[in-house]
Amino acid sequence: MTDRPRQIHLAAHFPGVNNTTVWSDPKAGSHIEFSSFTKLARTAERAKFDFFFLAEGLRLREQRGKIHDLDVVGRPDTFTVLAALAGVTDHIGLSGTINSTFNEPFEVARQFASLDHLSGGRAAWNVVTSWDAFTGENFRRGGFLAQEDRYDRAKEFLQTARELWDTWDDGAVIADRDTGRFIADSTEGAFLHNGTQFQIEGHFGVPRSPQGHPVIFQAGDSDTGREFAAADADCIFTRHGTVEAGQRFYEDVKGRLARYGRSPDDLKILPAATFVLGESEEDALEQSAIVRRQQVSGQTAILFLEQVWNRDLSDYDPDGPLPELDPDLSEASIVKGRVPVFDDRMKTAAKWRSLAEAKKLSIRELMIEVTNPASFVGTPLQVARQIDQAVTSRAADGFILVPHVTPGGLDEFAETVVPLLQEWGRFRTQYEGPTLRDHLGLPPAKSSKTARLAINAGAT
Amino acid sequence: MTLPSHLHLAIALDGAGWHPAAWRESDARPLDLSSPRYWVDAVQEAEWGLLDFVTIEDSLAIQSTRRGAVDSRTDQVRGRLDAVLIAARVAPTTSAIGIIPVTTTTHTEPFHVSKAIATLDYVSGGRAGLQARVSATELEARQFGRRAISTPQANGARTSPDTALITDLFDEAAEFVEVVRRLWDSWEDDAELRDVATGRFIDRDKVHYIDFEGPHFSVKGPSITPRPPQGQPLVSVLAHVPVAFRLAARSADLVYTTPTSTEVAHSIVSTIRAHEVAEGRQGPKLLVFADLVVFLDENTTTAVLRKQRLDELDGRALRSDAFIFAGTPGDLAELMVEWQAAGIDGYRLRPGAVPHDLEMITHELVGALQDRGVFRQHYEDLTLRARLGLPRPANRYARA
Repeated sequence: MTDRPRQIHLAAHFPGVNNTTVWSDPKAGSHIEFSSFTKLARTAERAKFDFFFLAEGLRLREQRGKIHDLDVVGRPDTFTVLAALAGVTDHIGLSGTINSTFNEPFEVARQFASLDHLSGGRAAWNVVTSWDAFTGENFRRGGFLAQEDRYDRAKEFLQTARELWDTWDDGAVIADRDTGRFIADSTEGAFLHNGTQFQIEGHFGVPRSPQGHPVIFQAGDSDTGREFAAADADCIFTRHGTVEAGQRFYEDVKGRLARYGRSPDDLKILPAATFVLGESEEDALEQSAIVRRQQVSGQTAILFLEQVWNRDLSDYDPDGPLPELDPDLSEASIVKGRVPVFDDRMKTAAKWRSLAEAKKLSIRELMIEVTNPASFVGTPLQVARQIDQAVTSRAADGFILVPHVTPGGLDEFAETVVPLLQEWGRFRTQYEGPTLRDHLGLPPAKSSKTARLAINAGAT
Repeated sequence: MTLPSHLHLAIALDGAGWHPAAWRESDARPLDLSSPRYWVDAVQEAEWGLLDFVTIEDSLAIQSTRRGAVDSRTDQVRGRLDAVLIAARVAPTTSAIGIIPVTTTTHTEPFHVSKAIATLDYVSGGRAGLQARVSATELEARQFGRRAISTPQANGARTSPDTALITDLFDEAAEFVEVVRRLWDSWEDDAELRDVATGRFIDRDKVHYIDFEGPHFSVKGPSITPRPPQGQPLVSVLAHVPVAFRLAARSADLVYTTPTSTEVAHSIVSTIRAHEVAEGRQGPKLLVFADLVVFLDENTTTAVLRKQRLDELDGRALRSDAFIFAGTPGDLAELMVEWQAAGIDGYRLRPGAVPHDLEMITHELVGALQDRGVFRQHYEDLTLRARLGLPRPANRYARA
């Protein structure tokens, strides 16, 4: 092997619908117009990023029984945006979140195989397992799935999709004018899946796509989630604030791979990361403080507090002290449509009280202190070193960068940090292959023929 | 004498063309049918010809010569990509033409379809629509495994779906379109505030639950996607039988029909108008399009022989639900003007073979129609709805 230094993987996350995204910034553009998506994807592609990432939500968030209106609200459809982006980019991977509870494998497999064709092998699927009845109200089956069953369904969903992608051989489309043969075999696409979650059969209609299977992402830190990723995913999308926490996670997840006959490089660990750049360290810290105040307005601080207190605290002054009364510990949450951010309410409340007391913090100051600070703050050189260090010390294989301003929030990073990483030989200066698997250094999807024969054998 | 009114012209794209042997023509690109370039080229060609829109065929079932069953033929095109994704891929590479993918309403989620088409409307700048398609085969139902479409017989065989079931599937499609439209309306056009002073991104009073409860499903809403540029993208339906005409009259903006003569065109148009009255349709009348399969050449004999040659390659004469025209662009233009007088608003041509018949449409037929004063000379900067003469729908949830 060559002595090429460990390569860093970088991705661009389109800013989402939480308070990380600062829509009040005068430079902030639309979160819906296609031009914003084009702009960010092209910036990332010019910087030779591995992929563009788009999250999904299937019900508008609510708090206190009302649609949440303080953060960005509304998103476009994942598949449609990614397919359209394939038309305005040439190399960058196109990754999207698609839920395994409120979809069916036949349809999703068809959509991802189509996206992979239409992008020339750049598709990736972040499999998420949201299951709640609140989201289910937008769908035919409603909230049909118990929380504990969501990974069972997700696993079998993904396995079924893989079976469907394997139903066509690589060279199945012959299109020989002389012999008049279009496909090699009339059974191309035939499938039968008999599982506990899905009992389906028929003909899958999409010929095998350039990557065979799209790249599979899994997001989730639970033990079940980690095991699911170790068994089945190509990338894991995570959040870890510190290098130490990242290293523990990295070691744990990579350690699970051998059990599935996989090598550590077969699964990339890519934490989401935010960043604030400055001309000097002081400037960056100052900028970061400004961004934090934009991200945590007084109203947002109260909403965060309510997520732990589980009470209506709208009468409290965000610039005043914490409430004296204790959190409501009843089951019913006043927050709907988002993953709970804080664990044990009593413990969190106690921790926050002592922190607020020790540092004499108002509600807003406390929320700025305890919620999602930027992952990387510094000069371009400092941030490049932090990223380099995290990858060298095996806390991550790279990062999914989440700009806080749409759509220009990646520009400065692309112009100042990326060239340093390239100069150090840690990041590509040009794309080396056409597919996302190429960018990520992932092995090709297993041979379809072998997989199909195995299924047929299993089905008899 | 009044000036002739303009007719609308669309193209239905499906694989290598509508003749099953079209992929064997020397100018066909059968190995590219799953490539983005193929679809971009076809839609750009249609746009070059100033057409109103293209539709992109789709089905959850693999192509077959047998209805509701697979066949064992290996000499015809098998396999296709998802039409909504093709439409999205093509949208940013074009600027004026409407793009309408076929979308199945039977096993799919109206919530997903609504935001997908709304997003297609965003990425195309107001050029999106959908063609609602009902899936009535057991074969497709089994691919989802959620419900049976046919009733099992005592001997284990399954019959084709009965009339009651078909009616139910079309009722479901009407419900589906209703939900899709309500979700499009669930955000008022000015719901996004971005009011830095109050910290509010949206005016939550302008984002509405749709609270739809019907016999087939219930959907709470609102959509996650704001109201698209056209307000409501175009909804179209292909109809041959009363149950489908009824769906069109209830739910669609535009209906594709399959007349075989001026007389039939007349009678179809009156049938549709009667359905509109029976359903108490509000708002603009349905636009009535006639579907035609076309083989176009400089002289009729060449076109007829070319179709025959393809028929021989396929081993049988082309069958179609639509009238098959083999002849010159000039004769086709005459026929189109004639049927127009019977109340046909526009045509959706299904090219027998691509690229030949597609290019004959864009290069020759369009010229022949322009010469007769019945087709545009250039695009105006319009949404698809506006080009078809349809207003932007008022939002049902907006307070007056």
